[in-house]
Amino acid sequence: MSLLLYLLRRILQALPVILLIIIGSFLLIKLAPGDTVDALVGDMGGADPAFVARLRQEYGLDQPVLVQLWRYLVKLAQFDLGWSYVYEQPVTKVLASRLWVTLLLMLGALSSAFVVGVALGAFAARRAYSATDNVISTLGLIFYAMPSFFLALLLVLLFSVKLNWLPVGGIRDIGAFHTGWKLWLDIATHLVMPVLALALIYLAFYMRLMRTSVLEVMELDFVRTARAKGAGDARLMFHHIMRNALLPVITLLGLQISTVLGGSVVIETIFSLPGLGQLAYTSVVKRDLNTLMGIIFLCSIIVVLVNILTDLVYAWLDPRIELK
Amino acid sequence: MRNTHGGLWLGASIVALGAALTAQQVAAQDNGAEPRRGGTVFVHMNTEQGVLNPALRASTGVYQITGRFMEPLIDKTYDGYVGVLATEWSSSEDGKAITFKLRDGVRWHDGEAFQCDDVAFSAMELWKPLLNYSSTLQANLESVDCPDPLTAVFNYSEPMPLDLIVAAMPDLGHPVPKHLYEGTDILKNPVNQAPVGTGPFKFQEYERGQYIIGVRNDDYWRGAEYPYLDRVIWRFIPDKAAGAAALEAGELHESGFNGISMADLERLGKDPRFDMGTEGFENNVAHSTVEFNLRNPVLADVKVRQAVYHGLDLDFAINTIMRGFAKPGHGPVPSVGGANYTDDVPVYEYDVEKAKALLDEAGYPAGADGIRFKLRHRPAPWGEYTQLWGEYFAQAMKEIGIQVDLVTNDAPGFLNGVYRDHDFDTANGWHQFRSDPAVSTTVWLRSGAPVGTAWSNQFGYESAEMDSLIDAAAEELDPEKRADLYHQIQRLAMTDLPVIFAIEHPFVGITNKKLVNHHNTPRWDSSSWYDLWIDE
Repeated sequence: MSLLLYLLRRILQALPVILLIIIGSFLLIKLAPGDTVDALVGDMGGADPAFVARLRQEYGLDQPVLVQLWRYLVKLAQFDLGWSYVYEQPVTKVLASRLWVTLLLMLGALSSAFVVGVALGAFAARRAYSATDNVISTLGLIFYAMPSFFLALLLVLLFSVKLNWLPVGGIRDIGAFHTGWKLWLDIATHLVMPVLALALIYLAFYMRLMRTSVLEVMELDFVRTARAKGAGDARLMFHHIMRNALLPVITLLGLQISTVLGGSVVIETIFSLPGLGQLAYTSVVKRDLNTLMGIIFLCSIIVVLVNILTDLVYAWLDPRIELK
Repeated sequence: MRNTHGGLWLGASIVALGAALTAQQVAAQDNGAEPRRGGTVFVHMNTEQGVLNPALRASTGVYQITGRFMEPLIDKTYDGYVGVLATEWSSSEDGKAITFKLRDGVRWHDGEAFQCDDVAFSAMELWKPLLNYSSTLQANLESVDCPDPLTAVFNYSEPMPLDLIVAAMPDLGHPVPKHLYEGTDILKNPVNQAPVGTGPFKFQEYERGQYIIGVRNDDYWRGAEYPYLDRVIWRFIPDKAAGAAALEAGELHESGFNGISMADLERLGKDPRFDMGTEGFENNVAHSTVEFNLRNPVLADVKVRQAVYHGLDLDFAINTIMRGFAKPGHGPVPSVGGANYTDDVPVYEYDVEKAKALLDEAGYPAGADGIRFKLRHRPAPWGEYTQLWGEYFAQAMKEIGIQVDLVTNDAPGFLNGVYRDHDFDTANGWHQFRSDPAVSTTVWLRSGAPVGTAWSNQFGYESAEMDSLIDAAAEELDPEKRADLYHQIQRLAMTDLPVIFAIEHPFVGITNKKLVNHHNTPRWDSSSWYDLWIDE
């Protein structure tokens, strides 16, 4: 019961935050020079004044900014995200067709980065300052330092152009018309490189943090006590050390969900994945206000939810932390 | 031959292009005598298109897709203008009535017959009021009569040169099916995203952000053997490096309009698997420009503008930026402009000393730091050419003592800064030529357009002589007199120099050699591909 109340309170607290985000980003986008009609005209290579004026009127861009904002908020209150003039579809439809790709990419990248990073970090910490530790740490540093677009292009060059093992981009083989499990296999093949490119960068974060954290916890009294009581190496590591060392890593995971959304812009663009990141990028370039606001709205909800979830996981991992 | 760098193109005339075409066809026949039926061609697209209706959006991005589905009344080939949905065209004595004979036995993809009603409806409801550029062209169109189902008579209140309307038709003459548009809100009609045309391929599916699929039209009017392909699939890959990788991995067959970077075009052009070059893009020639803001008192002096022109080493820019696929411009009409083009204009060859002397003469001696004055320059974000050309401009001006500060923006920012706010000293962009100077070129030089209109006169250039020449040419029916007027316009533009039409270049494309009969018309990427087949 207290948990439900807690959740309700957290969600109510989140509402003004989301509203502020919406108003702030709306005004910020409006500060950028030019609107979607300019972008469209630039794309077309020109148009006469009557054409431009007619489009502005049709899109409601001839109104003052505050009127536009008010109209947007009124619509949003009715859960109407508006119409995308670039895709000529309702924004909800545009977002729905993209969300799953980004979620697959994010979950795939974050979970593999988390699992492998935590394992490697713990492993490196157990053999701190050995050759193994040095190799793992150096590799981590290299992946961390490498720009994701560069890593992505290297992967494409190796696995697609030279070896011809994996498709260059896209989410599925368009000419093949796969169905059923073949389709899912096809999608998985298309996601291998994007997930890898995104994961390798975050892997380094988790690895380095986990290594430091484990080294710190290993020195604590309760570990010595556990060892004195005769706990074996494995039990010591998994039960006593890792569980405690994970706390800061979980914090990072929660924080990074939002930055992964940002990182996926680059990865999705290079691998031409039809996800939210790529959509956000093209929406900025084309000043597709409604779509961009829809993405921001959706992402702010995701981030707020993830933060709540992180706090719940904390409480589960460390009973000393109370939800209040 | 397609891989040689520019030397050939520099000297290309229509005759040479014709010869190239014949050579290509012979080569194709050598490869495999009989065209093969079947197969899917994958095409690269950089940007998404919201509206797939060439009668609402005149832009190459739209034609690149809808060219397969929807056909114009007239198309342009290397042998001149040929009828597609029209078979004959003629003009009345006074030039106020243009008659098109329409092709018999053509059906829309939904089975309805294509008739004059469709043309009349498209002209009056779309081409005249709604289509960019066309609304200027058709401003004087009063009505379209249909004396019989296969004859369309366009009535104009002022004389309309037949040459002009014919030259405009390949881009601005796509009929839409009246029965699907009549009585609907044309702009919101869902057919705009699921086009119904008469072309060799039928629209099947548009998955936003991913692909569009077109399938074979079994009822195509050119006969049962056409088209050869089963499917055309467009893939949206915005990243140029990713596009190049997909071509290299064989996942794409063609990328047009500089869809990948010049470095990759050059690299893959040397790969025996690909044809690379400007063939098939001759109808889409653009100028890389330097645009002056004459509201700035320094630039208002024509000597300063001449000095800038003398300070530009065009050969260097052509060879480094465009890798030779370009040549120096001679004013507003490019060399592919036919009779309306002349190279009998004042020219300003690369001469740094002369440029410096002109600047001294204008009263801008070099200061102690070698700088005469500063300019705020906006390079257009239209891609590799315009960005590099802007950077080259800044370097070249340094040589003659002008400091150029670059102000970089994305497309909406650039268009607003230049065309609405006039917040620039100089700018560079490109200007696309659309078959006839009257379609979209002269509007750039004429005064009187409302402030803020993209690709209108942003220079603040006002010349009564220029305005009257432009107006006279727009209504001149005699082709020779018309051409002469355009020659005068070019000479005046090259004398007054509100803008430097520095370099003219068609776009560059790259194609997998498996495709046969590719780039065999001057606007191939916008055409129907009925005769394209894949040899694999």
